[in-house]
Amino acid sequence: MTETLSVTVDRREGLAVIYTEGYINNQGGEEIAKVAYKLLDEGYKILLLNLAGTKIVNSIGISILIEIIEKMLEIDGKLGFCCLTPTIEKTFHIMGLAQYAPIYSDEASAVAQIRA
Amino acid sequence: MSEGVLREVELALPMVPEMEIEASQTATAIAKSIRMSPDRIDEVRMAVVEACINALEHSHSSDQEVFVTFQVLGDPEPVKLRIMVKDHGIGFSPEVQEEPTMEGKIKAVRKRGWGLKIIRGLMDEVEIHSGADGTTVVMSKMR
Repeated sequence: MTETLSVTVDRREGLAVIYTEGYINNQGGEEIAKVAYKLLDEGYKILLLNLAGTKIVNSIGISILIEIIEKMLEIDGKLGFCCLTPTIEKTFHIMGLAQYAPIYSDEASAVAQIRA
Repeated sequence: MSEGVLREVELALPMVPEMEIEASQTATAIAKSIRMSPDRIDEVRMAVVEACINALEHSHSSDQEVFVTFQVLGDPEPVKLRIMVKDHGIGFSPEVQEEPTMEGKIKAVRKRGWGLKIIRGLMDEVEIHSGADGTTVVMSKMR
């Protein structure tokens, strides 16, 4: 029954893409936060969260993503999301999260626009 | 149009981590059986996850169980999936719950508390019955 989350990172010039695979619950959210804060420590101020491998999230996991958004605002950085399922995207809009972290349909457009 | 109960499935789930996944898998199977569209199934699944997590996190139920009832409604064809998520916890007053906003949460220490807002946004009908003997979230989605 367990759906653990795996996280991988692609470090690029001035931007890091975080890929998730699995359920973003409290443990999954903490795992993403750990990776995101490490990237901030490395000097990355633009993070893109590619959720193509995540089909389900819960509000506890999303709350941890909000902590990351707060941190990004504090350092004048940027966090974006791409490749969301329609339900996850709808949920982010219900919460108003998209006002603070842009949502892109695909990674290529996200990388092009988030750097702008 | 009257809507009779065409099919009913009940689950009693222990309050353990990720029990919400089991409930969501049952919701998915039943929604598929009535040919609900994949996007709507996904919305039902997420709402079930949130309702179960609310029970798990906030009910303080002494029996440590969540009861989930799935009803397919229609006459004679399925038109609606109704899901009831019940706990025997301490209850709460939904009318005095402040609706969370990003503006409020972004600087708040406690960033949780989104469950009911998400459920209301994803389902077609939502009712919350809560009292000293527990809470039942009744939520429906048209096929």
